[in-house]
Parts: sequence; structure tokens; C-alpha cells
Amino acid sequence: MSSSHSHEVRPAILDEVNPVDIPRPACVDNNRSFNWITEKICGIIEEKTPTWWWVCFIIACATASFTFIGLAYLTVTGVGVWGLANPVNWGWAIVNFVFWIGIGHAGTLISAILCLLRQKWRTSINRAAEAMTIFAVVCAGLFPVFHVGRVWFALYPGYLFPFPNANAIWPNFRSALLWDVFAVSTYGTVSVLFWYIGLIPDFATVRDRAKTKFRKIAYGIVAMGWRGSNRHWSNYEMLYLILAGLSTPLVLSVHTIVSFDFAISLVPGWHTTIFPPYFVAGAIFSGFGMVITLMLPLRAIYGLQDLITQYHIDCMTKIILATGTMVGYAYGMEFFIAAYGANEFEIFAFVNRAFGNYAWAYWIMISCNVISPQFFWFKSIRENTTLVWVISLFVNVGMWFERFVITVTSLSRDFLPSSWGYYSPTVVDIFTYLGTFGLFSVLFLLFLRFVPLMAMAEIKAVTPQADPHHH
Amino acid sequence: MADKFGILAKFDTPADIMHAAEKVRDAGFKRWDVITPFPIHGMDGAMGLKRSWVPRFTIVGGTTGFITGMSMIFYTNAFDYKILIGGKPLFSPFFAFPVSYELTILFSAFASIIGMFILNKLPMHYHSALKADKVAEMSDDKFFLYIESEDPQFDDAKTRTFIEGLHPVEVSDMEK
Repeated sequence: MSSSHSHEVRPAILDEVNPVDIPRPACVDNNRSFNWITEKICGIIEEKTPTWWWVCFIIACATASFTFIGLAYLTVTGVGVWGLANPVNWGWAIVNFVFWIGIGHAGTLISAILCLLRQKWRTSINRAAEAMTIFAVVCAGLFPVFHVGRVWFALYPGYLFPFPNANAIWPNFRSALLWDVFAVSTYGTVSVLFWYIGLIPDFATVRDRAKTKFRKIAYGIVAMGWRGSNRHWSNYEMLYLILAGLSTPLVLSVHTIVSFDFAISLVPGWHTTIFPPYFVAGAIFSGFGMVITLMLPLRAIYGLQDLITQYHIDCMTKIILATGTMVGYAYGMEFFIAAYGANEFEIFAFVNRAFGNYAWAYWIMISCNVISPQFFWFKSIRENTTLVWVISLFVNVGMWFERFVITVTSLSRDFLPSSWGYYSPTVVDIFTYLGTFGLFSVLFLLFLRFVPLMAMAEIKAVTPQADPHHH
Repeated sequence: MADKFGILAKFDTPADIMHAAEKVRDAGFKRWDVITPFPIHGMDGAMGLKRSWVPRFTIVGGTTGFITGMSMIFYTNAFDYKILIGGKPLFSPFFAFPVSYELTILFSAFASIIGMFILNKLPMHYHSALKADKVAEMSDDKFFLYIESEDPQFDDAKTRTFIEGLHPVEVSDMEK
């Protein structure tokens, strides 16, 4: 590089500071070849379906049926089967919605923001994380659609989306709930597109290796006739960069808009300007928690230690540590602003969160979200995959409780003591929510069987031997 | 040989194929291509490719999306069925912004993807390169270069000698 720019005047400061290249850890351990990467990842979907997969799949299907039974019961009977009632009209439905949307964020973050920041370690985990995003958005979408009760109206023109309807009434665009419809549907759509675009070259690899006619045709159709031409790669890489550039503001805006659902109201505890960045940090936090929860078992089962290295785990745990600390800062700042703002309702809302009748939920949230990630300061803990996995579970639990605390504590005790109440979920609430984990698992297991788990082309491109100047 | 698509050469490393591509570019061939399992950094320059046109589709899509969002909200809330809430203005770019912003991204993404497919002429389920018996290597760990027989400079014997001069591992003909 320096030789081609030798005619340029070299700034004198460079001689003084003498920048040193900091060696980066390799993204693929043990100097694996391109062919090894192909065999390893294609091997996962080409091998005979393992027994553990069938066991998990059957359990996941059974669990997913809870959601469908719960939703069918709700549709037939009415939303009264959920625990929603005055004063808490937003309960588990929105808690679960925000939780699942948040889970999705790490996928887009890994694929988009880390792509723009040229973080090469993203390549080993982006595919699975993006799949996780899409499946999480599917789970999230169920709750707002079904909480309207007469769910067919949600799809009916003019209710959520602005189609002309019989009464010539349009949705009100001043409502943050309607912004949410656009934000989440755009997020879901762009995530699917981004995922699929990344998959095209890998589908081509699977197609080229296919032994059976059926696989050849099926993967041939989804590979779109990709042939690895460099004239194609040139446009493809530009497209990928643009999609990363588009998804970056998207991922930040989606959870910002989700937070507007709360923040533009006047309910004490919701009406805070810190919500957008706080929600985004929390979403990334919980998303990375879920990525680790999913990837560590897969790494062990499929022997992917050379592709998901200690370096990858370090990077992810450090992001969890950073975002967990940001979330902790936001919790503290909410108290500070409540005190400093001298609004008695706001002060009461926060004191009530920590010491009121939902204090148990609040302290679960603090322990899981603020305290548990702090263990990642220690290298020995980051290197212990069991502990990393356990902490990632705590992160998921903590973030669910965060949404619960925000939603329920503020509504259950707002301005008038005469309208205070205590919210409890019903059995239908609980089973519908548990079922979404089954639904998520069903989709993820199918992904494992039919789609290359890792972005082969991208991993090959970040190995040292992929550099034409490598010797 | 009318049913011949071109001549295909196989290389082992990204560096080999890049140097070969530079020579083919300098020899002035027009209809030729490089097939690699992953994008090689610097290959666009080695092939003499211009910057991709995909961003032009993006800007058209994005602008359309933003205008669509703003005009949709104006039409629905301030023109066709006026909704007056709490004395707020019937239309303001501020409350219309989040939705317009999302539509900007949505339309840009679709336009860029459609652009990529148009520029690459995909989906194309038949291509001579896909018919080659080395197709599994193309998307695995080997690097290929071909010159089409449609190229104005193509001459079966001369081109073959030229390609062999690039020191490939293997040279073969491609069927149409």
C-alpha cells in the first residue's frame, strides 16, 4: 500500500508516534483450510439427522403447541383470559413483545454494525444470530397482533396498516403504536432480506455438493443461480455493505420506537427521555445473551471450537459487559432524574419499584442485569464456557424482568391511590409465553437442519490465506 | 468449435488468480470472468471493474420511500380523513418522521436488492460455469478464470496458449 502512495508527503508526526500494528487474534483457529470449513459446515446439514435433533424437535413442537392452544382459546373466548384488567391494561403481552424484539437485536447488530466497524469475528456467528433475529421477531409479532382480541381485524385493511377501508377512516399516525407497526414490520422484512442475501453464496455451495436430485433442485432454486463470478461479487459486496448501512439505523430506531410506546405517554416511570438509548442497550444486551445461550451448546455438539474461538466468546462477553453496565447506568439515572426532577409521582414510581409490592421483580432484574455481567471483567470466567452460558441465561431472565418491571409497576400504582391494583398473569398468559420458546426452538432446529449454520464464504474471506498478499 | 463456451483455468491460491486476472485485463479481453468461493480483496481492481451501480438504486429507493411516507401521512391524516387530536396540527413532519424513516429504509433495501439482481442478471439457473464438472470446487476452495469464445480477441489456439502462460493448475474447455 505504501509503495503506491509513495508520491504523497508522509506527515512528519507519523515518524514520531511510530504506530505499531497490534496483532489480532485469528478468527479461525488451527490454520484450517477453505475445504475444511466447507466440509465442516456443509457436513452439519448433509449428515443423517441426529437423534438428539429429533428429541429436541418433538419437545419443541409440544411446547410450541402451548402458544397455539393459548392463542386459539383467547381468540374464541376473548382477551379476558389474559390477566389484563384495570389498572394494568398492558401486561405480559407487551412484556413478551418487547422481550422478543430485544432478543432479535444482537442478530442485526452483529450483521450490520459490526460489519460496518469491520469486526471480522462477526462472520462465525452472524448467520445463526440473524436466524435468531427473524425467529424472535416472529414470536414477538404474535403478542401485539393477538392482544387486540378480534385478531382478524389486525389483518383487516385499515386497522394496523393504512389500507382504505369501508368506513374511510385511516389510522392515526400521531400514535407511537402505529410507528411501531411500521418499525417492526420493516425490521422483520429487512432482517429476512439481509439474511437471505447472505445465504445465497452458501446455498450455492450446498447445491454444488448436493448428491440427490431433490437437494440439487431445492438448493438450486434458493441459490438463484449464483456462481461466484467476481462481477457478481462486486455488486453483491456493495449490496451487503449498503444493507449493513441501512440496518444499522434500523436496529437503533426499532427499539427506540418501541421505547416511544412508553416514553411519549405521561405515566410516571415511563415518561423519561433516557428510554430510547436505554432500550437499545438493553436489547443488545439480551440479544447477545441469547446468542451465547444458543451458540455455546452448538459449538460443543458440532465441535466448532475452531470457528467459534475463545476470541469470539471474549468479544461477545465484553459486549454483554458493556451493555449490561449501560443498562445499570440507566437504572441509576432514572432514580437520579426522578429525584432531581422533584415530581412527586415520578419519585413515588421509582421508590415503589425498588421497595413496593413488585420489589421482588425489581431485585431479580438488578441481580441478573447489573450484577451478573460484571463477572465478565475476569478472564478466568470468560474462559469458562459453563459459567459464560449460565450468566447468559441470567441475562435473558433479567431482561424479561426489566420489561415486566417497567410495564407493570408503573401502571399498577400511578396517580390515584384509589385506582391502584396488583397484576398477576393467568395460566393462559404463562403457557402462551412458554410456548413461544417452543416455537422459537422449532424454527431454530429447522434452521440447523436445512441452512448452513455459518457464513462459509465470509469465514473463508477472513482467514489469512484468503488475502492475496498472504505468503 | 461452435458449442464451446470458453476456456477455463484453475488456480490454487487467491494470489495466483489475482495475478492471472491482472494479465488478462492488461491483454485487453472483454468477455471473461473470475469465479471464486468468496470475494477476494482487490480483485475488482485486478479485473479493472468499475465501482458497482447498486448505490444508485439505493438512493432512488430511499427517496421514494421517504416521499411515500410523508405524502401517505399527509393524505390520510390531514387531507382525506382529517383527524384532529388535542389541537395538534393536522400534519407535521415531526410526527410523520418515524414512519417515513422506516419506509426510507424499507424501500432502499428492496431497491438495492432488486438492483443487485438486475445488475447480476440473477436469477439465472443455467450458466456454462455451473455445468462444468469442477463446479463443486468453484464454491469450495479453488479459484477459476475463464475467457469466453464470444470475446472479440478470442482465438482458440492463441487464447489457450495465453491462458497456459498464466501458470494455472489445470486448463479445460467449457461446454455451452
